[in-house]
Amino acid sequence: MRAVSEADSSIMFGEDGLLNELLVERFNYCVYVVLLLIGLYAMIAKNNLIKKLIGMSIFQTAIILFYVSIGVKEGGTIPIYVAEHDPHGNHAEHAAHPEEANATEGSEENATTATASHEADHGHHAPRSLTDEETSGYANPLPHVLMLTAIVVGVATLGVALALTQRIYRAYGTIEEDAVLAAILAEDAATVIPDVLSTKPKRAKAKSRKAKQA
Amino acid sequence: MKKLALAVTVLTGVLLLYAAQDFLAWGDLQSPASASPVSKHFIADTGVDTEVPNMVTAVLADYRGFDTMFETVVIFIAGIAIIGILRRTGADADAPALKRENEIATEPDLIVTNTVRLLVPVIQLFAFYVLAHGHVSPGGGFQGGVIMGASFILVALAWDLPKAMDRLSVDRAVMLAGVGILIYAGIGLFSMLLGGEFLDYAELSHVLPVSSEMARYHAMLGVEIGVAFTVTAVMFAIYANLSTRGRLEGGL
Repeated sequence: MRAVSEADSSIMFGEDGLLNELLVERFNYCVYVVLLLIGLYAMIAKNNLIKKLIGMSIFQTAIILFYVSIGVKEGGTIPIYVAEHDPHGNHAEHAAHPEEANATEGSEENATTATASHEADHGHHAPRSLTDEETSGYANPLPHVLMLTAIVVGVATLGVALALTQRIYRAYGTIEEDAVLAAILAEDAATVIPDVLSTKPKRAKAKSRKAKQA
Repeated sequence: MKKLALAVTVLTGVLLLYAAQDFLAWGDLQSPASASPVSKHFIADTGVDTEVPNMVTAVLADYRGFDTMFETVVIFIAGIAIIGILRRTGADADAPALKRENEIATEPDLIVTNTVRLLVPVIQLFAFYVLAHGHVSPGGGFQGGVIMGASFILVALAWDLPKAMDRLSVDRAVMLAGVGILIYAGIGLFSMLLGGEFLDYAELSHVLPVSSEMARYHAMLGVEIGVAFTVTAVMFAIYANLSTRGRLEGGL
């Protein structure tokens, strides 16, 4: 894949060079990496919780772009059967019986008899699966399915995250991470930790209760 | 901290770009996503197993029905969690609402409300179309549900939250979300009662006057309706709770 035998400069800039390979042939993957890094940096480095969540959303978008990118197929259309490929579609059956298709265009009486024989014929022409050639005309539906649910679930989880942020603001009056951490530490320092020895008898009691139940 | 974050980010970026070279070129037919037998099976046999021309819907609601059911449960739980996190109890509930500066108490804007009055029916009709037509064109329960939820949010934006809550209160939204999952799981259980496996819709052909392929089609529609209920309700519940910090009253 990579031009190892070429000189250093052509490894970078040549026809088969790294830049050509990455920026021209795999542009989507570059964009996904950049988006992912923006999100990752925001999640780690930003102090504001809302900015962290924005980072999380960007990160999620990067993953969605990645999945959609790997699902792309040269010459493939969206994964919805066109009429002539639909094994159950009317079109396919009419194509198989051109004389019937003509009949339906005739008088009404003819049309009803045609549909009747049509139904009778149904058993003979069981729906067939697509050939390999026809299959190559459609993109893989699976990445789209996964991302479809991921988007909606992403919105729901983002909602939970925002709710938590609002709750933190209500409790501490700030959404800056270090201020919240300082407040929590101050709270911990103010709390008197109960003596370990005094809690021991209680534990023994609980144990004996468990033993009784058993 | 920022320098450390930058170092981690750059390192990850270098690794990912290094790995990106090994991906097959854009749209290559030999890429695993396109060449795998799973992909071939979905594309070649969806039309044989079901009567649904939209493979995405068929994979979502039938082949991966179990997964989608629990995705819906995740959305439902998220809605419950948001209500639980933001609910005000005890002294918290009696605390006065935060006074916002520059808040002008006026009637809802005439132009905005009348535009929304015209828009909402169209949006809701479109939501039903996206939901019901999801088998033959892009669409389905998730998309239709989100559009439907947006119509309620639009009402809340144009007037205020109580106006929207008259139409869909948060309590009723939670109920609706539960009903959605019950519809989904109910169809699954019903096919189990008819002798099949959980969510094996083909068994429904015993009670519906249709072929087993068409039974899958109808069951998928039912399942999508359940999903749409849950998504609609949770989207509105999320908005109502987040926009009012759990008070569920007042304007935006």
